[in-house]
Amino acid sequence: MTKLHVNLPGLKMKNPVMPASGCFGFGQEFARFYDLNKLGAIAVKAVTAHERSGNPTPRVAEVDGGMLNAIGLQNPGLEHVTKHELPWLEKFDTPILVNVAGNEIEDYVHVAESISKIGNVAAIELNISCPNVKEGGLLFGTDSVMAAELTKAVKAVSKVPVYVKLSPNVTNIVEMAKAVEAAGADGLCMINTLVGMKIDLKTGQPVIANKTGGLSGPAIKPVAIRMVYEVSQAVEIPIIGMGGIHTADDILEFMMAGASAVAVGTANFVDPFACPTLIDDLEKRMKELDIEDITSIIGRGWKSLNKSISS
Amino acid sequence: MIVDKLEIVKQEELAPKIFEMTLTGNSVNEMVTPGQFLHVKVADGIDPLLRRPISICNVDIDQKKLSIIYRVEGKGTKRLSERIPGEKVDILGPLGQGFPIDQLIQGNTALLVGGGVGIPPLYYLAKLLVAKGIKVKTIIGFRTEKDIFLEKKFAKLSDVTITTEDGSRGTKGFVTTAMEEQKNSYDVFYTCGPTPMLRAVQLAATSTGYVSLEERMGCGIGACLACVCDVNEPAEGEKKYRKICCDGPVFEAGEVVI
Ligand SMILES: Cc1cc2nc3c(=O)[nH]c(=O)nc-3n(C[C@H](O)[C@H](O)[C@H](O)COP(=O)(O)OP(=O)(O)OC[C@H]3O[C@@H](n4cnc5c(N)ncnc54)[C@H](O)[C@@H]3O)c2cc1C
Ligand SMILES: Cc1cc2nc3c(=O)[nH]c(=O)nc-3n(C[C@H](O)[C@H](O)[C@H](O)COP(=O)(O)O)c2cc1C
Ligand code: FES
Repeated sequence: MTKLHVNLPGLKMKNPVMPASGCFGFGQEFARFYDLNKLGAIAVKAVTAHERSGNPTPRVAEVDGGMLNAIGLQNPGLEHVTKHELPWLEKFDTPILVNVAGNEIEDYVHVAESISKIGNVAAIELNISCPNVKEGGLLFGTDSVMAAELTKAVKAVSKVPVYVKLSPNVTNIVEMAKAVEAAGADGLCMINTLVGMKIDLKTGQPVIANKTGGLSGPAIKPVAIRMVYEVSQAVEIPIIGMGGIHTADDILEFMMAGASAVAVGTANFVDPFACPTLIDDLEKRMKELDIEDITSIIGRGWKSLNKSISS
Repeated sequence: MIVDKLEIVKQEELAPKIFEMTLTGNSVNEMVTPGQFLHVKVADGIDPLLRRPISICNVDIDQKKLSIIYRVEGKGTKRLSERIPGEKVDILGPLGQGFPIDQLIQGNTALLVGGGVGIPPLYYLAKLLVAKGIKVKTIIGFRTEKDIFLEKKFAKLSDVTITTEDGSRGTKGFVTTAMEEQKNSYDVFYTCGPTPMLRAVQLAATSTGYVSLEERMGCGIGACLACVCDVNEPAEGEKKYRKICCDGPVFEAGEVVI
């Protein structure tokens, strides 16, 4: 029997695959295509204390091997999510990871405290890495002292495990990871998008109204793999790896780099069945490669190396 | 709403850079509302990565065939134009809310106003309207004479007025120039085309009507919030935005800010 299940703090997952935050709404659109019970977990769209209307359009642009987005954390706000979106997800036997965003520490604390009390919220994903909003977000994500302070404050009030979603837009990702681990984070999610830009040759102006946008998709995978590889060796807490996953082999690569589970973002736009297809393909690939238990390959990329160095 | 692979039966260049692609497959049975669109994966693999939204232009349910008409703009539509009969195209659809026609009664007159590649979705609409006993008048606008397409097909169904910006054929000017002559002669209007044209048509119209909008899309199914537009005067407690991919692309004139 091929073993696909993985256990992370708060997240007992049937398989290591979850849709990434912001690429799956609150699940309803995709439930029209397949049974969400198939998923290892679900990371829902960022939630802020109050409704947010997001950035002007155009909000997306395609680039070679990826896309830029500047949605700007548009979401219906804590109250609506609590009353309507999360209850709808109750019917699924799939752990929910709620992505929490804000401008100030108080906003994050307020949302995290309130949302962590809801029965079907398995864990919180602290979004300190959104490149598309003027305040908060990335400000916390690029300063390790602020990131640690925020993590500590949220940990103090959250009833469920707290994952911190790291930004790749930093000089030293290991330092960020260690800082939030020391502040009490139960896990890490990485990576969020890389800040990018595309110019429209007809107008000479950036395509995206916000000018810059977050780069996601296959183009960012090597960056994500490198970061997961470095960070997983430096921390004890598990990592949910993401960035450009489009095939089952990409999942294996992330896990060999040191991720304990993975999230799939942009691929859901290319194919609404991306996640269930990846889960089926992963099982097939494991059989082909004689991998019995998916957890056996976590960190293989550096574990064997370290072993061979020490022997 | 399904993902399917439709087989290309025909690919034809109607005018410079304007292609008509005819596709066949069982799911064509579901593509029955004019104004809906397909999210087309123009080629396998990750280049280009995202799907391209293209309107359904015509449907033949008996023959399980549908057609799309598109202009080669960039990488994606270029790649689509290179596909050949016998190959299969991955489509997601039908998506969005199309043009409502149930409210009309026999004897009503509908004015269809289209510009450039906004014209194709109006063709299937014209067909259904005529079948319902609605009188159809069509104004279709192009830059210049050689860009003209679908004229003959529309002529079989409706009174057609052609406008060209340079006056090389038909009325010189924009579609709104030709709308002047049709003042108060229709009960409803339907329009699709570039955004500045939609604004002008909405202003010039003398009846209620429907506009079909365009926006850059991610998912096409309502999950990513790439394609939003603002509601004109949202009621207290109502949503202040609409998603063009699933609440639209067709909206009642005046409902959203364009
Ligand atoms: C609901 C809807 C229906 C449409 N129907 C038709 C049709 O029937 N015939 C037709 O020729 N065109 C139609 N378009 C426009 C068509 O989607 C774009 O021309 C096409 O996506 C351009 O892709 P490209 O790769 O050739 O261009 P590129 O400029 O290389 O595209 C880059 C990216 O921008 C997006 N993009 C560029 N222009 C547009 C645009 N005008 N609208 C939305 N996204 C855009 C592309 O989808 C792609 O993601 C429709 C658009 C929408 C939203
Ligand atoms: C349209 C879009 C919206 C996103 N919204 C969020 C968000 O609300 N919160 C968040 O933490 N990450 C968000 N992300 C980032 C993704 O969760 C993910 O980290 C990133 O896209 C990399 O994965 P991918 O290459 O598989 O897409 C968004 C990404 C995209 C493309
Ligand atoms: S394109 Fe994703 S919500 Fe409309």
